[in-house]
Amino acid sequence: MIWSDVTTESIDPGAVLARVGSPADGAVAFFAGVVRNENEGRPVSGMEYEGYDEMAREELAAIVAEAAERAGSDRIGAVHRLGRLAVGEVSVAIAVSSPHRAEAFAAARYIIEELKKRLPVWKREHYLDRDAQWLEGHLPGQEAGPGGETGEHGGNRHLTEREAGRQG
Amino acid sequence: MPGPPGRVRAAPHADRDGAVDVTVLLFAAHRELAGGRADTVVTLPERSTVDALLAELRARGGGWASLPRRAAVAVNRRYASGDTVLAEGDEVALIPPVAGG
Repeated sequence: MIWSDVTTESIDPGAVLARVGSPADGAVAFFAGVVRNENEGRPVSGMEYEGYDEMAREELAAIVAEAAERAGSDRIGAVHRLGRLAVGEVSVAIAVSSPHRAEAFAAARYIIEELKKRLPVWKREHYLDRDAQWLEGHLPGQEAGPGGETGEHGGNRHLTEREAGRQG
Repeated sequence: MPGPPGRVRAAPHADRDGAVDVTVLLFAAHRELAGGRADTVVTLPERSTVDALLAELRARGGGWASLPRRAAVAVNRRYASGDTVLAEGDEVALIPPVAGG
């Protein structure tokens, strides 16, 4: 089954994994994005995800369909969480199974990299000192530089709301 | 998967020549620039483009003036370019730099 969802409900990694796999598949790849307890040395209390719900659902479904086609597997799915998340909670989960590992790893990687570029979702980081700010992201339609990110919430430079308004 | 909840669209004005109403959606930092308003209906001349709509919004002054001149925009939930021509009832979302994951 090729599936995707955008939800305010807590994500259960086991349930995501349980929806892939087949007797012909020798590889299962699973990726989860998790809220970290610090960013650039600043203690983080949680993350607030806002989304353009209807479009996010459609865009995530399109990304997963593209990954399925590239991997030649229809045992693939992804779910993205919205709302206020505490440290340690899962913000995104992706599972793929395929006969061999290369296709499964590549498909999972494709989904996370594409959704970071295209999914209409924004996150506001909350700090232990009660401050909060929107994190800078990717402007859709512009290719990100080579190399990619090393961490889920790493590589995000902060910017003020005024600066955010001048993007583009 | 729950279906997309229907958004309320501006009522069509079939009897009004030369103008179209579009619904503009704002998110995250853009919404805060606009004083917290998530959506607003804007009346534009017929055949107006996405870029013309952005200019119209910025001309409102205040925080609106800080909206980007050229932004990522989705028309009816698909990414669209600045020269896209808008039609009556279109849902136009300004998309700040995205940060999912």
